[in-house]
Amino acid sequence: MKKSRKFLALLLAGVMLLSASACGGSGAAESEAASQPAASEAASEAPAEDAAEPAASEAAEGEAEATGLFPPIPKEELKVGVIHITNPAEGSGYTYTHDLGIQGMQKNLGLSDDQIIRKIDVDDQDATAIENAMLECIEEGCQIIFATSWGYMDTCEALAAEYPDVIFSHGTGYKSNGTNFNNYFGRIYQSRYLTGIAAGLKTQTNKIGYVAAMDKENAEVTGGCNAFAMGVASVNPDAEVYVKVTGSWFSPDGEKQAADALIAEGCDVIGQHCDTPNPQLSAEAAGVWGVGYNSDMSKDAPNAVLTSTMWDWSVYYTKAVQSVIDGTWDGSNYFGGMDDGLVLYAPLSDLCAEGTAEAIQAAQDRIISGEWDVFTGPIEDNEGNVICAEGEKLSDADITGNIHWYYKNVTVK
Amino acid sequence: MSTQAGGSKEPLIRVVKRAERSPRQVTLLRLEALLLSLVAGGVFILCLGHNPFVIYATILEGAFRSKIAFQGTIKVMIPLLISALGVTLAFKMRFWNIGAEGQIIMGAVCASYFALFHADWNHWALIAVMLLAGIIGGGIWGLIPALCKVKWGTNETLFTLMLNYIALHLVNYLRDGPWRDPTSQGFAKIARFDANAALDKVLGIQFGWIIMLVLVVVLYIYLKYTKQGYEIGVVGESANTARYAGMNVKRIVLRTMFLSGAVSGLAGMVHATGSDITLTNAVAGGVGFTAIIVAWLAQLNPISITVVAFLFSVLEKGSSVLQSSYGLSTDCADVLQGIILFFVLGCEFFIRYGFVFRRKGGAS
Repeated sequence: MKKSRKFLALLLAGVMLLSASACGGSGAAESEAASQPAASEAASEAPAEDAAEPAASEAAEGEAEATGLFPPIPKEELKVGVIHITNPAEGSGYTYTHDLGIQGMQKNLGLSDDQIIRKIDVDDQDATAIENAMLECIEEGCQIIFATSWGYMDTCEALAAEYPDVIFSHGTGYKSNGTNFNNYFGRIYQSRYLTGIAAGLKTQTNKIGYVAAMDKENAEVTGGCNAFAMGVASVNPDAEVYVKVTGSWFSPDGEKQAADALIAEGCDVIGQHCDTPNPQLSAEAAGVWGVGYNSDMSKDAPNAVLTSTMWDWSVYYTKAVQSVIDGTWDGSNYFGGMDDGLVLYAPLSDLCAEGTAEAIQAAQDRIISGEWDVFTGPIEDNEGNVICAEGEKLSDADITGNIHWYYKNVTVK
Repeated sequence: MSTQAGGSKEPLIRVVKRAERSPRQVTLLRLEALLLSLVAGGVFILCLGHNPFVIYATILEGAFRSKIAFQGTIKVMIPLLISALGVTLAFKMRFWNIGAEGQIIMGAVCASYFALFHADWNHWALIAVMLLAGIIGGGIWGLIPALCKVKWGTNETLFTLMLNYIALHLVNYLRDGPWRDPTSQGFAKIARFDANAALDKVLGIQFGWIIMLVLVVVLYIYLKYTKQGYEIGVVGESANTARYAGMNVKRIVLRTMFLSGAVSGLAGMVHATGSDITLTNAVAGGVGFTAIIVAWLAQLNPISITVVAFLFSVLEKGSSVLQSSYGLSTDCADVLQGIILFFVLGCEFFIRYGFVFRRKGGAS
């Protein structure tokens, strides 16, 4: 969207120039006037964003033994870079949640505002823009840079080789180099399973919709969808999960349309793995229910949202930055779950069916204690193949990279 | 512009084309415009609650504060300057090529083919082939509208504009389909090129900057001192004059548009293989349109284009630092750029036209 606006503004400016220099007076005046609304439209979207307050809590600043790959860095000299794909001011989705995590980390460790360098609206398709954003962080003196979007992966890899003293921590991808380029993500499927329970208990039509950003080729989205469907099946074997794929991580219109189509199919609970709260807004408008993602979406659609699958990224950000301060950074990848507090769900709303809290609590206890995890057999896909036999478990590598099948109660629409 | 004042027959203000201003006056007007734009931008910054002087200083600082920053500025400048040179060729001929965007993309696409599928070739042979591919890809994209214009008299402004979108969607198609990175787990992107297919760095910047400087000199000479350059100018002034003088206008149009597209295609090739090291749909990213502004602001003079393109790059690079230093959104930076452009372009109007007020002036 932003790109097309710039496109238009540039075009108008070009037209204005052409007409001024080529055609003569009459055209110039008109197009001069025409280029003004384009400029003011851009101006109206200028949020004065002041980030979190500096809470100077003297957190754990213990003299840790330097066992990591990099020497300890005094807390006052530390600078942290963050690359965001959109503007955290959007207030609900992916970037907002990551930025809450950064703010939480800042608070936990008592860093001041100018120790956090944020680069926002960095298009994950524009390799040069990504590189520039990261280089600017390095220039500002950042010792660690968090790259929150999948598309930043290749640039992280290249710059990590070029700048061995800077740590690049990349979210959601699969590449890493074991030293200054790691990968972080979480067992979000655990929370999806639990919120699936809420959906399974609530549905009356036994049709549950799920708006997915990517198709079967993407293991993260498909695995999350399966976990949700398994949660549904665990309490409601008759319910079916209808999936609609938008093909984009961030598509406000596509997400709304997908949700509307699912509701038209008769779905009365809408789950989602996409960036905006639009599917929940659709559910609310249609008088059905939903399960949000990223942040607690009951703030967006209070009359529809049962609960939301949520991240608390501050858990990882605090841990990572603390290890840089202590000199204990070891370059390992991070894959946290509910036991760490990285993955959680929003407080259940009053809309939830009776018995939801108990059912979720029971499953949650088994997950946190490590007694059981979601991808434990028997698991059968929707084509009748046995993916995982009784008593077996999928490995982490399979969970993150190889889920290219849908659970047996899933239908792709 | 001329507003009708009620009652009187003569309008309150009339706009008249004025005699040529002296170069000194013109320079003065442009400086005034620049100053005014800074003031207006300053008011905007004040409204946001920041100190304009600090903000402007940050922009400059962001573009120059370190080696990395300066290299970043040049990286922005390379495709902008090269494609501005490309459109200049067409504009000299009064051929309204606003398709630099598409020509950049096609140059990048053609070069990317070799980067993706022949990365094992000898490095310099590969670079040479990619350069050639960029030239041909952009050139053909420039040649198509010229051919149609020469043959059927099509409108080149619309034609070149539309070709931009075809090129853009071609990249999307390649990204989602045949050229999709097989390891990307469903995420639609084209793989990063092998290091062997990436342009080398000279002084820390991809060597596209050398190509850029060479092109400035070559184009300056081509336009000013060669027969072909002269022909372009004559066709631009009047196709009939050119015909009367025995020039083959069709051939000149075709040749020039091929060259115009080829230079822009080169910009795409250099940006994809030197800066992005992959092919994305942001490879042109509006540069093809900014290039038009740069070319006209610089009066189609390659040397001035270099200066203007550099200033634009400073603004662009500095603005991105502004965002992280002051939490100003990138949109604010775009507004600032817009304000500056508005004044600087607006002043062109005052260079060519003057106002006559009812009481003071007669009918002239």
